[in-house]
Amino acid sequence: MIRWLRLALIVAVARPLARFFTGADVTGRERLPVTGPAIVAANHNSHVDTLLLLTIFKARAVHLVRPAAASDYFLKDPVIGWVSRNLIGIVPVARKRAGTGEDVLAPARQALSEGAIVVVFPEGTRGDADDSMAQLKNGVARLAEAFPQAPVIPVWIQGAGRVLPKGEVVPVPMTCAVLVGEAIHWEGRRTPFMEGLRDALLALKAQAPPLRWSEGEDG
Amino acid sequence: MQILDTVRDFFAAQPPVLLWGLAGVIALLTLAGVVARGLSLAQPGKDYRELHTRIASWWVMIVLLSAALLAGWQATTALFALISFVALREFLSIAPTRREDRLIILAAYGAIPISYACVWMDEYPIFLVIVPVYAFLLTPFLMAALGQTKGYLSRVAMFHWGLMTCVYNIGYVAMLMRVPDSEAPAGAAGLVLLLLVATEFNDVAQYVWGKTLGRRKIVPTVSPNKTWEGFIGGWVSTAALIWVIGPWLSPLSGVGLAAVAISLPLAGFAGDVTMSAIKRDIGVKDTSGLIPGHGGLLDRIDSLTFTAPLYFHLLAFFAVDKF
Repeated sequence: MIRWLRLALIVAVARPLARFFTGADVTGRERLPVTGPAIVAANHNSHVDTLLLLTIFKARAVHLVRPAAASDYFLKDPVIGWVSRNLIGIVPVARKRAGTGEDVLAPARQALSEGAIVVVFPEGTRGDADDSMAQLKNGVARLAEAFPQAPVIPVWIQGAGRVLPKGEVVPVPMTCAVLVGEAIHWEGRRTPFMEGLRDALLALKAQAPPLRWSEGEDG
Repeated sequence: MQILDTVRDFFAAQPPVLLWGLAGVIALLTLAGVVARGLSLAQPGKDYRELHTRIASWWVMIVLLSAALLAGWQATTALFALISFVALREFLSIAPTRREDRLIILAAYGAIPISYACVWMDEYPIFLVIVPVYAFLLTPFLMAALGQTKGYLSRVAMFHWGLMTCVYNIGYVAMLMRVPDSEAPAGAAGLVLLLLVATEFNDVAQYVWGKTLGRRKIVPTVSPNKTWEGFIGGWVSTAALIWVIGPWLSPLSGVGLAAVAISLPLAGFAGDVTMSAIKRDIGVKDTSGLIPGHGGLLDRIDSLTFTAPLYFHLLAFFAVDKF
């Protein structure tokens, strides 16, 4: 029941909303996975990233798509928590408890073992709208190591930070380009894997249209 | 059977010339599709995918526009309000903007419902001034009120340019639909059809002439692919087209028809080159990837932002009593 409600909301409400606010200008849509387990790794500047990544998949793959999201942010309020879990379908990541010995990636592993397409933002948190990329966290490598058969698809989202930057509440329509890259596969070592992912994301960024956006007064 | 009757009545109520005009456009596009298919078969080594995508996109655009024109002024106004929105969104997204500009960007979109409401209410005198005078004054005031003075003039000019081309000038297409059907041989929709066919034909004709005969570059620093041969070939063919089909679709004749035939292709060329200069300044090739094979919506309607007001004013001056 909730599964159908989620699909209906994503296709009939979230998709038109995403088109209105961003134009959802996707290049390489055919490279998006339609079956799981698969990992989609994207840069992160805005909540719009999640909206876009939920809505650009083919309708038959939508029920598999599960964005990883910080449990300290999305699960603190019971209402937002219910919506996040059931309608957005998030995989919670307890990022504040990383390093305490607790396995913060357990829910993501569980989802992948159930054949989900897990969307991760390896930068960890939303960055500024100017298109710099933060240091990537290697949780994505640990997931790829646990599921070596799952392809890792790099996605660069250009301009989402202009639509709804961190700290703002009113979205403003601006075109966003979404560039989907070729899948990367786990080949046994973390450092080369992370370097490969970083290079793939930067290569996609280089193909994106220039972003003439400045955060400061002096732009 | 009832549905068939409704469909028949719907088409019977349309001016026959309009239906012939739309049928002509569809026939031309079908022909283009057949030629493209033939080229692919004749030269299997060459890649004609770009051409096929372009033609497929033309089908989508022409079906949407024809449906709106047949449905009437309400649907056409709604469609062009949407076109204005997407074009303005593309323009503001390629233009240099700052985080502090977000509120003004939001306010700029507000000009769209206001301008198109004037079309909807048939308030031509207000439509004429609401964007070029009042949005023109309000935008810089809003920026000043928010305390933004850095790069002030160039930023204000950026907003003005976006509002005038994407909202005001494109709005003239919808305003044309408010010409009483009795004033034009194929109704108001026929006037819009003539404008759209002439503008897009001019784009395509310039491209084809330039590709086949182009030698001498016309504006090398702005648009290196444009040539004198393409420009003149497009001008002459479009003027001839307007001269031949103009009397069927519009009340124009004699001097008025000649004025439109001669000036519309020039305006289309000017719109194309001006938008190219802006894209070159910003450093983008296309305004977005919305229309496969064509680029962004603004890439497709750049000529229309110049031809629509000119065509409207010439019609108003020479032939249409209402405006």
